[in-house]
Amino acid sequence: MTLWDYLELPYVQNALLVGVLVALCASLLGVTLVLRRFSFIGDGLSHVAFGAMTIAAVVGLTNDMLLVMPVTIVCAVLLLAAGSNAKIKGDASVAMISVGALAVGYLLMNRFPPNGKANISGDVCTTLFGGTSILTLKPLEVWMSIGLSVVVVAFFVLFYHKIFAVTFDENFAAATGAKTRLYNLLIAVVIAVVIVLAMKLVGSLLISALVVFPALSAMRVFKSFRGVSICAACISVLCAAAGILIAADRGTPVGSTIVVADIVVFGLFSLIGFVKSR
Amino acid sequence: MALLACNDLSLGYEGKPILEHIDFEVNTGDYLCIVGENGSGKSTLMKTILGLIHPLKGKVQTGDGLRQNEIGYLPQQTVVQRDFPASVYEIVLSGCQGRQGFRPFYSKADKNLAWENIRRMEIEKLAKRCYRELSGGQQQRVLLARALCATRKLLLLDEPVAGLDPKVTAEMYQLIADLNRKDGITVVMISHDLEAALRYATHILHIGARIFCGRVEDYLKSETGVRYLERGGMNP
Repeated sequence: MTLWDYLELPYVQNALLVGVLVALCASLLGVTLVLRRFSFIGDGLSHVAFGAMTIAAVVGLTNDMLLVMPVTIVCAVLLLAAGSNAKIKGDASVAMISVGALAVGYLLMNRFPPNGKANISGDVCTTLFGGTSILTLKPLEVWMSIGLSVVVVAFFVLFYHKIFAVTFDENFAAATGAKTRLYNLLIAVVIAVVIVLAMKLVGSLLISALVVFPALSAMRVFKSFRGVSICAACISVLCAAAGILIAADRGTPVGSTIVVADIVVFGLFSLIGFVKSR
Repeated sequence: MALLACNDLSLGYEGKPILEHIDFEVNTGDYLCIVGENGSGKSTLMKTILGLIHPLKGKVQTGDGLRQNEIGYLPQQTVVQRDFPASVYEIVLSGCQGRQGFRPFYSKADKNLAWENIRRMEIEKLAKRCYRELSGGQQQRVLLARALCATRKLLLLDEPVAGLDPKVTAEMYQLIADLNRKDGITVVMISHDLEAALRYATHILHIGARIFCGRVEDYLKSETGVRYLERGGMNP
């Protein structure tokens, strides 16, 4: 099959649309997360989402989003809303919540296997690495992803200058009258939403890659916040599209393929940055 | 009324006081230097004045038509800023953020103000450059331009010359003195450099075990001042 044949398949179209949108959202927020030293929040929050999913499965909720979304949002707010003045610093608090949720989730799955399924390690593996669920999206999931992505992109555009001010110097922004607490809270909520969305795509372990790689690649070459934001978005969209098409063609795992594409671009941009600075 | 007044102010973290019973006033046109030993609470005092930390007791009052969000602030550099990808213009413009409210984009007037302050700090040539590639002195000029976007009346500076070489330090002091004398901007500065504090400031606030607030001439005659100068190896 050629590339064009794949593009005509509805499930590939859906996967491309959702994949590209989620990657776009993750990369936009990735810039501020990396700069605030919260690179691992994607990993941490996705483990929280994983823990919440196992609880939902044990309790027997049919729509686990009802539990996963609120729990993840609460954790994101706890981690980020304290801002740069938190008592336990960013990396430590993320690590705590991350491993804690992972352990509790796995323990629950082990003690109360959902619906008597025996393949626990298979289930865990799919949740962590994403499996191929993006190629089997239902129409409702597609529309939900589109809706949420539009909200996230609109949020980023409307709050762009505020995100910059809060990221660059939170104390200055607060001292001169910006509502930094509110902005931190909003950013945390949006990040939680993006991460729960992104779990479907690449699984919880690889979300960090989606958040950090485009931002770091862009920072090798671009020197303004605007340039970095736009470049990160472009890189992320292209890598997601390329990854999904290659995965559909070769039968490789979607999440890992996208991340490998991101790694290749990072290498390329590091090289460009190195050459430019000489 | 004074531009800034603190009456019986107590401050600290989590209910533990660092400084108690502070009384002082800053009037329009003053140049006040806050001096004292390391760990005496100079930065905490500044953060309390800015409203970043709530005082344990007492109140910081602003007068003379100064609103809380009209104070310009030059903080000490943070780790985050050292490798931050941002152009000089983006950073200076962000000084206008406090007045934005929920407006998502900057107005023409905000952009003009940013350029005006970029020219005032003589950093036009750097406007498109990346902040992290600038020298320490240039970075301080950028942050000063940003602070000027936030205020026309009062500047709070937290050790503005820390880590700068002597030549750039002198330039920085001159720049601040000009803002105070020519543009009538009131300056409150934390300083370790007592010699410069005595040369440029009109008033001194000494904090520590003893608290002194008053004109520089009176500080030189006070017991607190004499002791502190002697320990710094200077003759009063």
